[in-house]
Amino acid sequence: MNDTLQTTVLHRLHVSLGAKMVPFAGYDMPVQYPAGILTEHRHTRSQAGLFDVSHMGQAILRGDDVAAALETLVPGDIAGLEEGQMRYTQFTNEAGGILDDLMVTNRGDHLFLVVNAGCKDADFAHIQEHIGGRSELEILADRGLVALQGPEAAAVLSRHAPGVDTMPFMTMQDVEIAGIKCLISRSGYTGEDGYEISLPGNLGVELAELLLAEAAVEPIGLGARDTLRLEAGLCLYGHDIDETTSPIEAGLLWSIGKRRREEGGFLGAERIITEIANKPSRRRVGILPDGRAPAREGTEITDPSGAKIGVVTSGGFGPTVDGPIAMGYVTRENAAVDTTLQLTVRGKSLNSKVIKLPFVEQNYYRG
Amino acid sequence: MATVKFTEEHEWIALDGDVGTVGISDYAQNQLGDVVYVEVPEAGASFNKGEEAAVVESVKAASEVYAPADGEIVEANKDLEDNPGAVNSDAQGAGWFYKIKLNNVADIDGLMDEDAYKAYVAELD
Repeated sequence: MNDTLQTTVLHRLHVSLGAKMVPFAGYDMPVQYPAGILTEHRHTRSQAGLFDVSHMGQAILRGDDVAAALETLVPGDIAGLEEGQMRYTQFTNEAGGILDDLMVTNRGDHLFLVVNAGCKDADFAHIQEHIGGRSELEILADRGLVALQGPEAAAVLSRHAPGVDTMPFMTMQDVEIAGIKCLISRSGYTGEDGYEISLPGNLGVELAELLLAEAAVEPIGLGARDTLRLEAGLCLYGHDIDETTSPIEAGLLWSIGKRRREEGGFLGAERIITEIANKPSRRRVGILPDGRAPAREGTEITDPSGAKIGVVTSGGFGPTVDGPIAMGYVTRENAAVDTTLQLTVRGKSLNSKVIKLPFVEQNYYRG
Repeated sequence: MATVKFTEEHEWIALDGDVGTVGISDYAQNQLGDVVYVEVPEAGASFNKGEEAAVVESVKAASEVYAPADGEIVEANKDLEDNPGAVNSDAQGAGWFYKIKLNNVADIDGLMDEDAYKAYVAELD
């Protein structure tokens, strides 16, 4: 292992389970276990998978007007969150690009934030720089975070924490599991029903082993996490969204509340509100290539006349789709469903078409 | 019994007369993980040693398969188009990629035999 890599609280468990470890966002992380990515992916779609996401950044933000303060940095409606309710939003920059995407929960007397591992230091510095004077940021570096995802997740978790099976989607609550004080949300990054469980880091292995002892639960690595989120049409920061893409280009208008669209008051609001009114010049779309060859990130997209109209930002093999799938940006005129696109893979032109995301129907709990 | 040799890029070649059957080693398939797509060359195509003759794609990435010696393709394993997983389940058997008629069979003399290859990959781990 590279000495400069950090480890999560579950590192020794991954090694003991025979995981193949790779560097990711500065951490030594499991890309797959002996079962392999295809089996892990299918297991998550059919039963339940356990993911270590402890590398992600967790933090508490406090202050008298903390929701209003955070709203200056994100376009999501934070002030409108009920206590216990969670929302997906983005940190935007002054140019209307995306610095990171994150989850924000109203915890009553504070906000709870979960941000991407690769962006967390920059995100926390960004918060301090812009709203440090009116809010107090507490970084929870010692906490672990695991996700339990799949159609069996609710049945499994409610055996250890009665009642969590009826938790509404995108809510969070304090729940004790085997005596461990956890903070559980009904959310995830796979398109399946499931939970994300934040807990004291020193108890991470204990909780993971408790869940892995369940017949329906297998450990799932970052490889399957990526294929699951791609099939679910979810963005990966640094690939499908970055400092150059706006939330509107990325198709994330749904995450911007009506009041925020009208009032603005967040970094980059000028571009974002203009794009809402006038439509962006390019859009993120789902792409279904003909044939079997995967079109990877960076693949050039042309129209049938050969003119360049975009680029693939995530692409590979969808195990549930059982074929190649991709997402990318194309000019607005080419973004309609069923539009024919050409992908250039190893010098050859492959036919493909725009499809409505997601590739695999989302299976969230709707009560 | 055919002579089997290995390259440093983890291809194997089993020589029968002047025709070599080429694939990737069991070590290589294990490093790649689940194979989801294979692109094999057309019969009649010629390659020089070290040129990209085929492509193997796992869930995570695409990798090139190089020609281990100069020659002309006489047959490709089209079954891999529908069953790329054969590369994982039987890398040095049913998971073969192509058969190449070598211009000069002595070209593979310098490649590793099975014992030398085993020692080579042991150093990599």
